[in-house]
Amino acid sequence: MVMMLEQFGRWVLNLVSEMGRMLIFVLSAFAWLMRPPLRVAQIVKQVHFIGYKSMFVVVLTAAFTGMVLALQGYYTLRKFGSEGLLGSAVALSMIRELGPVLAALMVTARAGSAMTAEIGIMRITEQIDALDTMAVNPLQYLIAPKLVAGLIGVPLLVAIFDVVGIYGGHLVGVELLGVNAGSYWNAIESAVEWKDVYGGILKSVSFGLIVSWICTYKGFYTKMSAEGLGTATTEAVVLSSVLILIWDYFLTSVLL
Amino acid sequence: MIKLVGVTKRLGGQPVLRGVDLVIPPGKLTTIIGRSGEGKSVLLKHIIGLMQPDEGEVWIDGIDIARLRGQALNEIRKRFAMLFQGAALFDSLTVFENVAFPLREKFRLKGADVTRRVEEKLEQVGLSGMGHKFPAELSGGMRKRAGLARALVMEPEIMLFDEPTTGLDPLMAKSIHDLITSMQRKLGFTAVMVSHEIPEIFGISDYVAMLKEGRIALMAESREFQQTDDPDIREFISVGGTIPWPAIDPAG
Ligand SMILES: Nc1ncnc2c1ncn2[C@@H]1O[C@H](COP(=O)(O)OP(=O)(O)OP(=O)(O)O)[C@@H](O)[C@H]1O
Ligand SMILES: [Mg+2]
Repeated sequence: MVMMLEQFGRWVLNLVSEMGRMLIFVLSAFAWLMRPPLRVAQIVKQVHFIGYKSMFVVVLTAAFTGMVLALQGYYTLRKFGSEGLLGSAVALSMIRELGPVLAALMVTARAGSAMTAEIGIMRITEQIDALDTMAVNPLQYLIAPKLVAGLIGVPLLVAIFDVVGIYGGHLVGVELLGVNAGSYWNAIESAVEWKDVYGGILKSVSFGLIVSWICTYKGFYTKMSAEGLGTATTEAVVLSSVLILIWDYFLTSVLL
Repeated sequence: MIKLVGVTKRLGGQPVLRGVDLVIPPGKLTTIIGRSGEGKSVLLKHIIGLMQPDEGEVWIDGIDIARLRGQALNEIRKRFAMLFQGAALFDSLTVFENVAFPLREKFRLKGADVTRRVEEKLEQVGLSGMGHKFPAELSGGMRKRAGLARALVMEPEIMLFDEPTTGLDPLMAKSIHDLITSMQRKLGFTAVMVSHEIPEIFGISDYVAMLKEGRIALMAESREFQQTDDPDIREFISVGGTIPWPAIDPAG
């Protein structure tokens, strides 16, 4: 019993100190961002990196998510004779929930893991130490641009996800199942409020921060060993996915 | 002057440095020798503040950098340049951009000035025309030389070289040694080199220090070092050389 308590205590202590380290990491990176020089070229490069890595999977998952939503929604709504509401069902689930969450998960899997691996390799091959010796702060040069890129890139990808998903729903609902096209778009227009869009943007911005924060942090503190890099990448993907889902629940309960 | 006092460091639960006392004379080339895994690279990282000692002091011209952090440490580091054992070139940049990096980032130089200095250094390490390649496209020895160019281009007060010639053919190794010594004479920087090139290092170094069991077993002028009567050190420095000890004369 005492041993169990002791172990639990140690676990909690480790957790708290790790969380503290993560907080200091992200705060100092943003503090370094405020100091000149502002690395615009690095930021643009990183936004491109996130977009380039994730665009294909985002479009693919968005299309199929929209299509399956339309399919499910159609058969449910038909029971009540309200197929006309299909558009709003698809659009609201997309904009409020699935767009931000699924896009962020896809970004984690593609760009986030690549980020962790890239920074981890730089740690293991002493490139981060080399930055230090040249009096260039790695948080400013390496981490801050990636954090900003996450904040910009993920919302853009979410916007694409939403649009592609709604067209996917249109494809199945209207073209395949014969819902009236006018009523599909009208339902969207009358049901979606600005509040929903803002909520979606807020979610995608915060998910963007979670992905880039966790993935750069795990890479930056990669252990100097052969397994170190693999462990770091796995942990980054798992932790960032879990945090996205937990944070999503909190935000939703506040926003509703 | 660089002075280490009682520096100890444990890594991964193992003691690596167990009380290193070392004074490195300014404006000279000091070479650190010792067996593989003895902690030579760890020692260099303490001198430039990449690692902090568990106990002890690391003095750089009257400032103890062992307890220094952040901006103050950064200021000290501006006086250093280091060649890492694995070269530590930035993968995402070309060789040219790697060598230009400290000029642009550390000294805020631009344009033709950068190009001229980078190309001069690349030529000195025998890499002219290779500037457009990425580190992944180079051989191990070429990477090492690119890393050397990146360190030398800074023309710092203190230069640290971690095995500058490992993995190079004998001719190339000789030309790198010549480059280091001629640069050192010309610019007068304090140089600390880790090397396994025995006996060559006795010919080029002013001082030689041997790291053994986490301490400096012997630190002496090159010629004096070769006349040590410590049997272990004699064994270590005579095994490597094909020329029978003590035939190397640093003056000649
Ligand atoms: N970052 C680190 N984490 C844990 N252990 C380390 C770390 N760096 C070095 N060590 C350990 O410290 C010891 C000394 O390593 P170091 O690289 O300084 O040896 P070395 O003398 O430079 O050897 P070589 O001649 O092979 O380069 C080794 O046992 C190594 O495993
Ligand atoms: Mg070494």
